[in-house]
Amino acid sequence: MMTRMVGMKYAALCCCFLALAACSKKTQPNLDAGINGGPGVGQAAPGSKADFTTNVGDRVFFLQDQSTLTPEGTDTLTKQGGWLKKYAQVTVQVEGHADERGTREYNIALSARRATTTRNFLIGQGVAANRISSIAYGKERPVALCDAEQCYSQNRRSVTVITGGTN
Amino acid sequence: MKTRLRVTLLVLLALAFAGPAFAVTGTVNSGKIDPLPIAVTPFIASAGAEKDAAAVSGIVASDLARSGYFKPLPPESFIEKIAVFDQNPNFVSWQQVKTQALVVGQVSVTGDRMTVAFKLYDVNTQAFLAGSSFTAPAKLSRRLAHKVADMIYNKMTGFAPYFDTRVVFVDESGPKNARIKKLAMMDQDGFNVRTLTNGKEILLTPRFSPTSQEITYAAIGTEASRVYIYNIDTGQKEIVGDFPNMSFAPRFSPDGQKVIMSLESEDGRNANIFELDLRSKQTRQITNVPAINTAPSYSPDGSRITFESDRGGTQQIYVMGADGSNQQRVSFGNGRYSTPVWSPDGKYIAFTKQGEGKFGIGVMAPDGSGERVLTEGFHNEGPTWSPNSRVLMFFRDTQGENGGSQLWSVDISGYNEQQVQTPGFSSDPAWSPLLK
Repeated sequence: MMTRMVGMKYAALCCCFLALAACSKKTQPNLDAGINGGPGVGQAAPGSKADFTTNVGDRVFFLQDQSTLTPEGTDTLTKQGGWLKKYAQVTVQVEGHADERGTREYNIALSARRATTTRNFLIGQGVAANRISSIAYGKERPVALCDAEQCYSQNRRSVTVITGGTN
Repeated sequence: MKTRLRVTLLVLLALAFAGPAFAVTGTVNSGKIDPLPIAVTPFIASAGAEKDAAAVSGIVASDLARSGYFKPLPPESFIEKIAVFDQNPNFVSWQQVKTQALVVGQVSVTGDRMTVAFKLYDVNTQAFLAGSSFTAPAKLSRRLAHKVADMIYNKMTGFAPYFDTRVVFVDESGPKNARIKKLAMMDQDGFNVRTLTNGKEILLTPRFSPTSQEITYAAIGTEASRVYIYNIDTGQKEIVGDFPNMSFAPRFSPDGQKVIMSLESEDGRNANIFELDLRSKQTRQITNVPAINTAPSYSPDGSRITFESDRGGTQQIYVMGADGSNQQRVSFGNGRYSTPVWSPDGKYIAFTKQGEGKFGIGVMAPDGSGERVLTEGFHNEGPTWSPNSRVLMFFRDTQGENGGSQLWSVDISGYNEQQVQTPGFSSDPAWSPLLK
């Protein structure tokens, strides 16, 4: 079990370098902020989309064919919950996604489970249910395109997208 | 040599009884279909119809070749030039070019109407086997050619026709991480491609109604997936049902009166199978199991439904009564089984099989026996049956950032794998019934 968790941390680190995607820890290099033209780590205006993406982390990753949260995912969503409670006017849509190594119909349902897990966790953190909508994309919107586990692991994700309430 | 004799014998049997022949029982990856040499002569043209006549005979030859059961001989090798439709061919000259069957045809155009007539002969016995003529608006010339090819195919193999059919599919464009997915339709041979939606929604799993006039599909827009019915004649689309949660994986019932689909459960964790009566708008829940139950497909008589479920831990194929009774798992091989589709003749269920890093397309009897994988590789998915239950079309992904899905077909014997040419990347094919 211990080895497995360590392995997952490596996977999370890997994706930061490979995907130019937002990462879940302040201490990790963030390549996304610069691309979006936003301020660097720690410099995003508090309560802004960039603040959320950069300083909180907008996505969590799932193991193959799983929709339960990893310890890393729980950590990220706890921070998301805290941030959303602080900025109570913000509304979000949770996107569920699956990797490409599954069939289309099943992946729609699997990605819906991931979105639900994420949404339910945020509600459990005290974020009002009516602030969180969700959508399932199945395998239709991968972010990493390399036909290998290092990419598939980034595509099995839920992304919390801010839809309103920020400046 | 042995194979040749066997196939020849089967063809002769087909000719004798005109019943189902080619009971292909051979194992996959050994042997092959030995195609029957056939001479499709350039069709005789009425004045001004020369181009049409050449096109029609070309389409007939191409259909027959694609089926895998025929080898059209090159017209350059023909000794006799057929110039009069009603004149008996010189069979000795056709025996010399080593063809077993001979097709003679005629194309005439009057106003905007085209008539195509043909005759089919057995060269060895010098017997007239079949002949007919078809008339239609000239713009439907490809369909006239498909009808001729269908009659020849049926007469020579004993199999029901399938060339005069269409395929609905998803046309894909744009980068892999932001694919534009449009509803599209084409003839089964890849011609007459039309895109029917604008690409603003991610369009998935289109399926024909039994009349081929309507298509049901799922689409993800700004909201979660919804099931639609699209009318091909009017271009109108409407949402099927009024459900609070996501709906997906739709398919028509064999009588066209109902749509079966998956609905997401209220708690967002599961999906169950529901049937919506299109007239009464009544919804009936068919499965009620806390799992992902999806990809439902009716048996051709409408009495049973096959579907996939992960209720046992991984995706497997199940069969149940159309009312949800007697839900039985039928897939028991190694790996995960999904996207089951009942064959139009009721004898098989086709599926996607995942395991050991590969995705294959296979068939089995509805009780799960006799499983055969017809093709496998990096990623093959989503089979659909030709209306005569002889050919499966599916999509195959190519790897890499610039890779994508393409349509392929394979004979139920596992032979004659061929790509179906489409303008761009394509996925989720679904074959129409034989057109009226």
